[in-house]
Amino acid sequence: MSMKITNEIKDATIIMTLDGELDASSSVVLDEELSDPEIMKYHKILVDCKNLHYISSAGLGVFISHLQRFEDAQIKLIFFNMQDKVRNVFEILGLDLLMTIVGDYEEATTIANE
Amino acid sequence: MNNSIRVECSKKNLKLIRDFVTDYLQAHNLSDILMNQIVLAVDEICANLIIHANHEDPSKYITLVVDKQKDGVRFEITDNGAAFQRTNYKEPDINENIRVGKKGGVGVALVNRIMDKVEFKSNGTKNTCLLYKKIA
Repeated sequence: MSMKITNEIKDATIIMTLDGELDASSSVVLDEELSDPEIMKYHKILVDCKNLHYISSAGLGVFISHLQRFEDAQIKLIFFNMQDKVRNVFEILGLDLLMTIVGDYEEATTIANE
Repeated sequence: MNNSIRVECSKKNLKLIRDFVTDYLQAHNLSDILMNQIVLAVDEICANLIIHANHEDPSKYITLVVDKQKDGVRFEITDNGAAFQRTNYKEPDINENIRVGKKGGVGVALVNRIMDKVEFKSNGTKNTCLLYKKIA
């Protein structure tokens, strides 16, 4: 049930790797990570979802709650490598139209550099 | 096969509930997406009951009973906390949630969109949530 978050920094970009499940219990860790003032120094946050096996409304809610703040600070938040079943949860609420979800890392960096 | 589970009202037990539902449905060869949707809907209801109705009080319990029916699967989730007031429920406006940075309030919307039937009943002390999903 745990969620492990690893950040890799490349210039003005954070590559945030999510490993585990984001439910009402574990999404607190993600919220702390995204609330860290340090993160506002970066222009791009690329979220690697390859090992994100599950997301509930609590996990979605964390992303929803930070989206406007990132947008106001002109920070791009881009998800990539998302499993179909996880992407489906974003789609049920129409969040795939409000957030940037792309296929792989190359696509994510291309969009980030636009 | 065991078709019920009873857990203390702690968020840490949500994983147990998800594993229980996954194990139960394993024999029915559902697609990854459908399996995940059903597990998610049950998880959302249980999270609400644990957090909102029972305030994460580990001396309280929720019980989940699952039944395979002719053309679907039925979940019955019971607790003794504060009853869900469906009349007070409003569908979330996601754009508004984003604008104000709101964290919660989208769980029941997921459940309503995934499940074919969602019912809440209360007799004053015991609350029951019934979920039904058609599966081939």
